[in-house]
Amino acid sequence: MSRFVKSREAILLAAIVALIALVETRFTGFAAPGNLARVFNDTSILIILALGQTLVILTRCIDLSQASNLALTGMVTAMLNAAHPGIPVVVLIAVAVALGLLMGAFNGLLVWKLDIPPIVVTLGTLTIYRGIIFVVSGGAWVNSHEMSAAYKAFPRADILSLPVMSWICIAVIAAFAVGVNRTALGRALYAVGGNPGAAVYTGIDVGRTRFWAFVIAGGLAGLCGYLWVSRYAVAYTDVAGGFELDIVAACVIGGISISGGLGTVTGAVLGALFLGTIKNALPVAGISPFWQMAISGAAIIVAVTFNRRRAPGRVILKEAAA
Amino acid sequence: MSIAEGTRARHVPDRLQSRSGRILRSWEVLLGGIAIAIFIVNSLASPYFLDPWNLSDATFNFTEKAMIAFAMALLIIAGEIDLSVAGIIALASTAMGWAAQYEAGAAGLICIGLGVGVICGAFNGVLVTRLGLPSIVVTIGTMSLFRGISYIVLGDQAFNGYPSDFAFFGRGYVFWVISFELVLFCTFAAIYGVILHATNFGRQIYAIGNNPTAATFAGIHVARVKMILFLLTGVMSGIAAICLTARLGSTRPSIAFAWELEVVTMVVLGGVSILGGAGSILGVVIAALIMGMVTFGLGLLNVPGIVMSIFIGALLIGVIALPRLIRLSRTGRVA
Repeated sequence: MSRFVKSREAILLAAIVALIALVETRFTGFAAPGNLARVFNDTSILIILALGQTLVILTRCIDLSQASNLALTGMVTAMLNAAHPGIPVVVLIAVAVALGLLMGAFNGLLVWKLDIPPIVVTLGTLTIYRGIIFVVSGGAWVNSHEMSAAYKAFPRADILSLPVMSWICIAVIAAFAVGVNRTALGRALYAVGGNPGAAVYTGIDVGRTRFWAFVIAGGLAGLCGYLWVSRYAVAYTDVAGGFELDIVAACVIGGISISGGLGTVTGAVLGALFLGTIKNALPVAGISPFWQMAISGAAIIVAVTFNRRRAPGRVILKEAAA
Repeated sequence: MSIAEGTRARHVPDRLQSRSGRILRSWEVLLGGIAIAIFIVNSLASPYFLDPWNLSDATFNFTEKAMIAFAMALLIIAGEIDLSVAGIIALASTAMGWAAQYEAGAAGLICIGLGVGVICGAFNGVLVTRLGLPSIVVTIGTMSLFRGISYIVLGDQAFNGYPSDFAFFGRGYVFWVISFELVLFCTFAAIYGVILHATNFGRQIYAIGNNPTAATFAGIHVARVKMILFLLTGVMSGIAAICLTARLGSTRPSIAFAWELEVVTMVVLGGVSILGGAGSILGVVIAALIMGMVTFGLGLLNVPGIVMSIFIGALLIGVIALPRLIRLSRTGRVA
């Protein structure tokens, strides 16, 4: 318990609570459970993507192609839905996830088999995936009236007074809590990021571990592609443009070390929630939404400065000091 | 199974390559070949390509980005990166636009553009070198911060009304079809080429990129060199902001959006190792020409900009993957 209080997750949680309390003083009702649930629902996509990114960053890589992946899968599901309204939503989600996995695997293979630096690979696929959207759609939009009612209704449907979107997010968080902390792959991610050289000698295939991190991040981006497009009920080429850096920002604020091997699932979730709370609080507090970009930029710098001096987290394989 | 970095044994050749063989197989020659091929394909594909004025217009596609790319190349060779360059452009342009509302002259605007570049570069540099923070994270943060300030100032508005003599820096021609920006591009290419390849400072940059610890023991002020490089990148972004603002004649907060990724693409395509320690200015120059020609040539064929980005992305991955694929199939290992 005392360890949690001193951890950066606790500090981040306190910052979020303080932020909510601050807004509550200016606008009563912001901290009401119903509104907080709406903020969570609004941040669900960012949380899911940040969790995928966390796996990749843990292995000392980075995936800048998530937003393009999301936009492409979203467009494909929307076009499928517009052309064949009879296809059940479950099938469309499966298509979205499969397509996302495929794009993640492409990134992963280039990193694994050809040993190309991940930032170069995903910088390339960021533009390629985004360009393919234009090619498949011809630059056209898929608008709300072309989508079937079922396509749009699924993420909004209420189960136990929470939308399905929130439940999906909760399920992903739960899966990550188990997968990252309790499985061999989870340990391998930390080991690879902590000390790739030593990881080899403990029998971990560094390239393969990184590959799976990219595959999972890609699959989640695909899932979010459907969620995003059905929620906002519109698909076009520039959907989620520039969002890749918001995802990295959420991870950094959540204390995921960009040099790999350090970070927690809780941190990533809180980092995303911090950005989500700011985004939702600004209009309520009467501040122009144009402030958001500068505030999140400042938050990143503060967070990374703050995380500089910190007790190491879960170190599986330590690296000798240079 | 691939062997992780740190444990990889370096391949030792049994005889040294001849000088001519080394040049023939160099990255710059490969890129140069691609550039010539693209030039030929372009001139065959469109009758409008070989027009001097058209070609001159095409240079605007890359001159401003390439100016930043030169400084970015030095920074990446030294093992750091600056993703805030487009944010600096937005902030510098906003500051110039604001000053222009108060009747600032061209000279004043230039000072402001350069000044904002210096301040932003110094801010990045201090965070990275004094606090020891990873530059990729710092500059993702400052990218949002700098552009965010532009958004706070401008919102959905725009600054117009720049003095008429200011337009020269973006739209002026020095001689016939040779634009001022092209002259600036060539000048900076020469300056940065000399800095990197013919000075002590340039050698220090390579040393730092290859092994910062050893560089420290060799008596190199690692932090100081990196600080200078961040300042240079800031200044070059300021200069690019001056040219771009003068060319467009207006400032919106979305100006130069996502340029940071194009600049990094240009640098990496130019053969600069993203891991630091290797690269040349000549490579960056050729990469700039390639990106400019691909964009322009496809534009003449009515290919939309977003589709061109597929080519750029594929080119980036392709030119790096191809030699590795060949090595993999020949020797069974990538490096």
